[in-house]
Amino acid sequence: MVASICHAREVAKREPTILGREGLSALLDTLRANGYQLVGPVVRAGAIAYEAIAGLDDLPAGWSDSQEPGRYRLSRNDSPALFAYTVGPQSWKKFLPGAVTTLWQAKRQPDGGFVIAEPPTAAGNYAFIGVRPCELAAISIQDRVLQGGEYCSTAYLARRQKNFLLAVNCTRPGGTCFCHSWGTGPKASANFDLVLTELLSPPGQRFLLEIGSATGAEIAVQIPQQIASPHELAESAQLLERASHQMGRTLATAGVKELLARNIEHPHWESVAERCLGCANCTMVCPTCFCTTLSDTTNLTGDQAERVASWDSCFTLAYSYLHGGSVRSSRQARYRQWLTHKLSNWFAQFGEAGCVGCGRCITWCPVGIDLTAEVGAL
Amino acid sequence: MGKKLGPKIAVWKFASCDGCQLSLLDCEDELLSLAAVIRIAYFPEATSAELAPPYDISLVEGSITTAHDSARIQQVRESSQLLVAMGACATAGGIQALRNFSHVEEFAAKVYAHPEYLEHRSIDLAHSPPALRAAGDPLCGQDRLSGAPGILNRATAIAEHVPVDYELRGCPINKRQLLEVLNALLNGRRPEIPTHSLCLECKLQGVSCVMVSHGIPCLGPVTQAGCGALCPAYQRGCYGCFGPSESPNTAALSEALLQIGWQRADVMRAFRSFNAAAAAFRQAGEAYAR
Repeated sequence: MVASICHAREVAKREPTILGREGLSALLDTLRANGYQLVGPVVRAGAIAYEAIAGLDDLPAGWSDSQEPGRYRLSRNDSPALFAYTVGPQSWKKFLPGAVTTLWQAKRQPDGGFVIAEPPTAAGNYAFIGVRPCELAAISIQDRVLQGGEYCSTAYLARRQKNFLLAVNCTRPGGTCFCHSWGTGPKASANFDLVLTELLSPPGQRFLLEIGSATGAEIAVQIPQQIASPHELAESAQLLERASHQMGRTLATAGVKELLARNIEHPHWESVAERCLGCANCTMVCPTCFCTTLSDTTNLTGDQAERVASWDSCFTLAYSYLHGGSVRSSRQARYRQWLTHKLSNWFAQFGEAGCVGCGRCITWCPVGIDLTAEVGAL
Repeated sequence: MGKKLGPKIAVWKFASCDGCQLSLLDCEDELLSLAAVIRIAYFPEATSAELAPPYDISLVEGSITTAHDSARIQQVRESSQLLVAMGACATAGGIQALRNFSHVEEFAAKVYAHPEYLEHRSIDLAHSPPALRAAGDPLCGQDRLSGAPGILNRATAIAEHVPVDYELRGCPINKRQLLEVLNALLNGRRPEIPTHSLCLECKLQGVSCVMVSHGIPCLGPVTQAGCGALCPAYQRGCYGCFGPSESPNTAALSEALLQIGWQRADVMRAFRSFNAAAAAFRQAGEAYAR
């Protein structure tokens, strides 16, 4: 059993401070100087992607997006805002531990036997820059799933062991966001090292900095900053209060677990199946979906073999393939499996919901199937 | 160390462009190690050397479009332990299956000054492969195919004629998938050839959805993965080269394509390409042809 990394640390109590753009740049430099590899938001092919960044200049200044079911558009204005975008199609699971992981390799020996080796996952020492509160909640869920039980993902553990989370509170929610329904945002409350709130009012762009862990405090003391004024604290609180009323979607989370459990045979599943492409996009973009499939490969001579885990989805037929066929052969059964797992059975399995209200599954469904509307129809 | 004789592999061409069988020669980095573990028994694109049948593995490219080919594929099947149909032609009829929706006589009359020659061509014994020569090609030397026209009205997949052990999709196939099948067969394991949608392949590579983020029409959600998401990686929609995925909802995708600006005829044409005759795409094409 491995305890959650950030929770276990003693959290330093400090006043919120204010950083300028140079201060934020210094913060990124400090993280790098402390051995972290920076990963953050960049604009890539018309969407926000998470990639290695060198510094502040790589962040998507002036970029924001509009999101609705099945539609995402990025646009740029002359604002200096670095975090005016809402979450894009990727999530941090891209690095935790990633889409494809080699679990073990085997080599045939001259005597006919074989030796198995577990390739070490590069720890990465990632500092994630700009983690949104809903994403913090998703990482916390994945912590429970992948390292919280008797069987851990060693690759996940390796990545989470030295993993700095620089969060950013959401002051501009998107059209498919509903984190306020789960209480997972728009303000980060736990599971981060440092959190920023971007302020753009006169005298200009600055960032309110709050500390969430001892590691965060150790980094924070190394950069120049000022104590935040009461006015700045009030502005931050006001922005976040306003954001919680600007969510494009709402989900009635109270009783949703029971609602789904009661409606396993509801005729509405058939209506969803008519629209559902079965393409698996929702599960791929979901920051909590953790399923993988295993495949065994060999080299041509059969002297070496390896087992690889790669992202899989309950929307594929192979996912539920047992002897004789797929258990969930209809799209109706597959959509129901996904939604009831997220919103109902996840509670029984992990003691919480498997949804954080990020809205990715709604935006990135090519036909715009809306989880909140489907639950509403039950 | 004594050299073990590898399995005998034959490569057959039917109505096709040769692109799929050339994928085998495209395996440049792996070609030498592959050549060390297999024996090329019949592969006119690569070598004029031939080994007599039977063959352990036959790789079959192309669709069946003539009466001669429909007889020849039977011989290929009989002389092969395992038969792998490779490419959109062999698995769905290919682009030439567009004839299935029209009249061959009309095409022939437009293209050829003397379309009757198509019916009355002679088949030279020397052009039949060794397997068929040895087995006595029933069609060799005939001037005219008795009773049946030389050109068939429909271009059809290999599996419509003989039992097929494995199918590799694509126009052309992905050489990695071809290697995977050969590798798996050599090592007695199941080939890892996913049948799910292309969308997973985009997401595994971090390619953002071109349909959602740009409004670009894309057949990816109903198309089988395997190409490595070539087109979406360059911000183009998927053309459906790998044919229908395992559980395609072409009706729902077609509706979405209309909503982002396509006309009904555009939807029909999208489904009527390399895999026009694959069941799910054929039905979608028919639905929008009306």
